[in-house]
Amino acid sequence: MSVPDALLMGAVAYDPKVVTIWEGFRRRLNATGVPFDYLLYSTYERQVEDLVAERIHAAWNSPLAWIRAERLAAAAGRTVTAELMRDTDRDLTSVVLVRADSPARTPADLAGATVAVGAVDSPQATLIPLAHLAEAGVEVKVRRFDVGVGLHGDHIGGERDAARALAAGEADAACVIDANQLLFTREGTLPPGSVRVLAQTERYDHCNMTVVDTAPRSLVDPFIAALRAMSYADAAVRPLLDLEGLTSWEPGRTDRYAALARAVDRFGFYGADGTVTAAEYRP
Amino acid sequence: MTPRPGGGGAASGRVDLAGLGFTDGADLLVRRALAGLPPGGRLHVSGRHPELRVHLGAWCRGAGHRLEDPEPDPGGSGAPPSDAAVAVVVKGRRDDDRWFGAVRAGSAHGVVDRPPGSWGLAARGALIEAGGPEVHFDVNEREVVWADAVARMYAHAASRQWDPATAVDWSSAAGLDPEIETAVVQLMTYLVENEQAALIVPARFLGRIHPHFREVVQLLSVQVADEARHMEVFNRRALLHRDRLGTSSAGGRASLLTLVEETDFSMASFLLSVLGEGSFVDLLAFLHTYAPDPVTRRIAWLAMQDERRHVAFGVAHLQRQAEQDPALLGRLRGAIERRHDALADTAGLNDDVFASLVVLAAGEWTPAAIAAGGERVRRLQHAMDDGRRRRLVRLGFPLDEAAELSALHTRNFM
Repeated sequence: MSVPDALLMGAVAYDPKVVTIWEGFRRRLNATGVPFDYLLYSTYERQVEDLVAERIHAAWNSPLAWIRAERLAAAAGRTVTAELMRDTDRDLTSVVLVRADSPARTPADLAGATVAVGAVDSPQATLIPLAHLAEAGVEVKVRRFDVGVGLHGDHIGGERDAARALAAGEADAACVIDANQLLFTREGTLPPGSVRVLAQTERYDHCNMTVVDTAPRSLVDPFIAALRAMSYADAAVRPLLDLEGLTSWEPGRTDRYAALARAVDRFGFYGADGTVTAAEYRP
Repeated sequence: MTPRPGGGGAASGRVDLAGLGFTDGADLLVRRALAGLPPGGRLHVSGRHPELRVHLGAWCRGAGHRLEDPEPDPGGSGAPPSDAAVAVVVKGRRDDDRWFGAVRAGSAHGVVDRPPGSWGLAARGALIEAGGPEVHFDVNEREVVWADAVARMYAHAASRQWDPATAVDWSSAAGLDPEIETAVVQLMTYLVENEQAALIVPARFLGRIHPHFREVVQLLSVQVADEARHMEVFNRRALLHRDRLGTSSAGGRASLLTLVEETDFSMASFLLSVLGEGSFVDLLAFLHTYAPDPVTRRIAWLAMQDERRHVAFGVAHLQRQAEQDPALLGRLRGAIERRHDALADTAGLNDDVFASLVVLAAGEWTPAAIAAGGERVRRLQHAMDDGRRRRLVRLGFPLDEAAELSALHTRNFM
């Protein structure tokens, strides 16, 4: 690494605001004596590969990227740790929506029906809810909306298109993250009262700050401590926290990625060694 | 919501949403109930909406609160009561933290001497969240912009707005002698030109004055609207019987440009309102007296009322400023002298305008009438000079200096 005296973190540029966010954090961290820099990636796959290859110390990872990082690291004889996450990354659920006048009353009623989902690599709008239905023994026809493939569902476009397909009668059900049902109703994508929740997945966690075991703790520890110390009461960082969608940085935890790991295996998304095995995945 | 102390010391409350869902505004009721609790306080939420639990969880996550399952009924009676809580919201710190360090942008009932740029566009007296953009309003001193009666002046100005379409009977202008009509068209052409300058000057300062001085901004906004109406009615009168306007002299435009180019608020207000618009009040009174038709008479009168207000504010805030800043009079004097020097080589008032004033005051083309008209225009110029001297004395200039400075004012009147 050419700049060994700064923690180097990868982040995926799923939106132009990512530059604002991490440039803001970089200035803040460096100003407080915490050496930090970042690299932007266009997809999570290359970011995770670079993490395990020690080209970066840390990666701001999607939950799917975390699963792959774990597997790639294990295959390489390394380990990765989830050092911290946003308060808003904890205990999410996805919901399967149907139109309010749908005859479906239970997930089983969707057998053979068309279910609209987000991008092929979206944990929340595709993998986890489809696995939820499959685990209940429900076989459905999937209509996928591949927007922002490689961004692991960070781009909301595919999820919004799935909701539109449901509203337009082009699908019998749609899978979205729980908060997005409210968002899509507020923004007018879904007319108020037009849909209802047919099923809700188990709770799962979302992004985390993944660190590879070879990263020097002398760089990692101050970085993590400085993020954890950021207070929403601090007017200088509050705009950045608002942009990144959190109130506080919380300790990382890894016990709520099980539903996603099952989905990855069920649909053959990654191999046990972290190889990309999903047939229709072109990030 | 009924706040009450909880068993563990944490405050708690309860809210029943009945059948209301989060897509229909349930968050407003939850937010209202949480407002009465400290961070860590527990809000028991009940309701019948089938998706309440799903949406409450999603909403809490985004709002920085934690969602917990309700405690089991201590009575252990089995079936839950109809108003049993669906979930418990544990209030987070987000709302309180957002307002940490917030300050009031002054008081709703008065102005401060120098409002900071960090107050930005916030309403005076509003509680402003810390952070946010610093806005640079360079005209930001009470001493420079304020007049004690400005709120009353604004209210008066707002109440005296008139509609050009209905305040004037546009059908009442009978055909005039063609040469008299030509004089009217020339004067209207001159007035439109001057009103355009009088609109641009305050408009340029509107974006530079700190919005903390709200009434000043409001008053100047009305002043801009006044000038917009004046431009309309003078232009409309010019084209009432003709299809083209009169002349615009290079000297007249040069004189107006010196007003528009003045970047100091006090100097611009002095040159425009105290001296220029003050002279225009006399000019409009003259036109009201000698107007050859009802439309010209009416619009001169309407514009004159507006201009009087503009003069009153200019005098009031500069008088106040001069009392607090003894050096102001010297700067005002310098502004007059600089403008005089800049215009020394220009022709001053357009000859066509001067001749039209004489013709209007004469009323006919006899040598005796023209002589009388000329005398009336000279009296107008004296009246303008008297008015300027009176206002200069009100600002604090000694009589002799006021006379000297008034004489340096542009021959273009505005």
